[in-house]
Amino acid sequence: MINLEPDEKMVNVQGSMRQMAESIFRPVARKYDEKEHTYPHELDMFKNIPVMGGSRKKKDSAKDDKKKKQKSGMGQNLSTVVTIEELAWGDVGLLLTLPNAGLGNASIAAVATDDQMERFGNKWVAMAITEPEAGSDSGSVSTTAELDGDEWVLNGEKIFVTCADRCDAVVVWATIDPSAGKSGIKPFVVEKATPGLTLDHLEHKLGIRASDTGTLVFNNCRIPRDNILGSSEIKKNTEGFKGVMKTFDNTRPMIAAMSVGVARAALDFTRQQLEAHGYQIDYDLKPVNVSSIQNTFYKMEAHLEAMRLLTWRAACMADEGETNNVEASMAKAKAGRYGTLITQQCCELLGPLGYSRQHLAEKWMRDSKILDIFEGTGQIQHLIVARNILNLSSTQLK
Amino acid sequence: MVQFSLSKQQKMIKDEVARVVRDLVVENAHDMDESGEIPPETLQKIWELGLCISQVPETYGGFGLAASPLENVLAIEELAYGDVSVAVAALLPSLFIVPIMEMGTPAQQEKFLPLACTENYPGLTLALNEPAIGFDPVRLNTTATRDNGAYVLNGTKCLVPYAARASHILVAAAADGENRLFIVENGTSGLSVGEREKNMGLAALETFGVSLENCRVPEENCLAPGENTGYETVLSRARTAMAALGTGLVRASYDFARQYAKTRQQFGEPIGCRQAVAFTVAEMAYETDALRFMTWRAASSLEAGNDAKRHSYLAKLYADEMTTKLTDYGVQVLGGHGYIRDYPVERYYRNARGIGNFEALAIV
Repeated sequence: MINLEPDEKMVNVQGSMRQMAESIFRPVARKYDEKEHTYPHELDMFKNIPVMGGSRKKKDSAKDDKKKKQKSGMGQNLSTVVTIEELAWGDVGLLLTLPNAGLGNASIAAVATDDQMERFGNKWVAMAITEPEAGSDSGSVSTTAELDGDEWVLNGEKIFVTCADRCDAVVVWATIDPSAGKSGIKPFVVEKATPGLTLDHLEHKLGIRASDTGTLVFNNCRIPRDNILGSSEIKKNTEGFKGVMKTFDNTRPMIAAMSVGVARAALDFTRQQLEAHGYQIDYDLKPVNVSSIQNTFYKMEAHLEAMRLLTWRAACMADEGETNNVEASMAKAKAGRYGTLITQQCCELLGPLGYSRQHLAEKWMRDSKILDIFEGTGQIQHLIVARNILNLSSTQLK
Repeated sequence: MVQFSLSKQQKMIKDEVARVVRDLVVENAHDMDESGEIPPETLQKIWELGLCISQVPETYGGFGLAASPLENVLAIEELAYGDVSVAVAALLPSLFIVPIMEMGTPAQQEKFLPLACTENYPGLTLALNEPAIGFDPVRLNTTATRDNGAYVLNGTKCLVPYAARASHILVAAAADGENRLFIVENGTSGLSVGEREKNMGLAALETFGVSLENCRVPEENCLAPGENTGYETVLSRARTAMAALGTGLVRASYDFARQYAKTRQQFGEPIGCRQAVAFTVAEMAYETDALRFMTWRAASSLEAGNDAKRHSYLAKLYADEMTTKLTDYGVQVLGGHGYIRDYPVERYYRNARGIGNFEALAIV
């Protein structure tokens, strides 16, 4: 039965997560925006709390999830996006650098064997996909992995790796047969201390400065044979590649939730300021009969709700064990774009307060921009949605 | 527990309404729009589904089922998918019934609800909108002044559906500094129904201007005469319903545009193979879902008996923006053909503005 009214359980999760965000993230949000590349030691306390996909989750757990959900009243995926919204409301840069909650952790949680889980489950694992010549076109990565005896030898360069400095290990996407195209691309876990792996440099970014983004270089980097995630068999079709891409069906709603959180932070601050200056936000007069400032505010609120509901829908589908590929992209397409627009508009409404680094509004405008870019740009999300609803292949709709 | 999936009962209602819409409305919507008439048999067939009277107690002739705003928005979306004019007309008696159910005294319920629970589609309507720039349902210009055991109504109303053939009209007016609803019998002296209005859209729907000149209504015809007027709840329910109308409308536009993008060939391939078209249709897809969920969000609050003021306000606001935006996209995807009345997207575009510009064309 349809019900979009949060129940007590959800309200409790929201409340406790918001409290954590308010007491731990907010006070140091500005500090680590200014001190780019300095590790926020305040986050050490999170080391044993699974956030990103749950670090101890076994694979094929959709059925278990459903059972668990019936018991607790809220599925893992919904609970995760609700949590993420609150923490991102606190600070999204800090959220992105939570220890042991890298994107690599999510893919390990999804596909690792028991043995791999044992070895990497408690580590902080980053994800390395993007290359200088392979951005949105992640199927064209050129980093290679060659089998030599009982070891894989990795060569290549990975850029825009989140947690590149702070992670203990990294999931690297490399091809074991460049002639095989997408089906030759496999994920490998490389531990940080492995000879041949170097951190080249950290980026200086527009926002999310608390999160360390860097370039990793692999130069004859040798790793154990069983550090490959999934099978090393090259199938004729691209099922393997698609399987790995499925990790992103779960992470896209999370990014959308981040966008909701950041935009809500900006809206909350804007509302405070408006009310302090005598503007009433009371949903009474029709939007055409209020000031332009109030009208803009109401519209932003409506879009924020829409972003959140599309995100919840994608998460709920995952909890039901349904394929949510399209819906995850819808959530990210909407939330990524409108999170950016809402934070911009808050800065605009706030005038000098919106531009000053004394307040966080300008930071939220910088932070939110990345959420329409990484994990698939808004344009890529539109492609995914459009191909599905129009029933067109990637060669028909480029 | 937050859930987006329909219960068996919800699915059954949605499917049942969708079937009737498929059989009676979709193919005929164009002709109804051109001729300005909805065949009475169509309204009667939809009336027989019992959507409007299901929550009326059996003693008054209803089915005595629990009121369900969620079931209502599902039905409204399906009807509006077929045609907004038909949706408004078919559910019009609800605009009379729901406020009486919500705010009416037992005596009013006993007297007026049986009028609605008839075998044939009854002539009952609501006069709320007024022909003024920036008309606001919370700032009514129509007034009701107490005078010797009666209320005297003065003002002008517009977009009153089926006013000419209504036996009773619920009139919104400001009285004692509060917004209230009054049951006015058609033919009461001082109430006059004007010529049928000519509008940009909703062309199949008969609407009228209604003027009230020293129209005297017995005191006991004021709904909820006390401090708690219930007016705000009626607005929340109406705003939620408007968002549901919008959802059905944009879904129709989206469906047509998507189909067209798949089949229309230019440059040797379907136009959907071009990102400019494909991304437009993709946006229509997720914004249609978003509008539906905004509607469900408000309806969920109502269903739980909670205050839905904020969520219904935001849902209506979102509908205002998205109906015009997405039906505009619908016309644009079809290009020149979209401008021709043989295709439904131009009708959707005209109807969309009506959802934005008016209040309370339906209620849940």
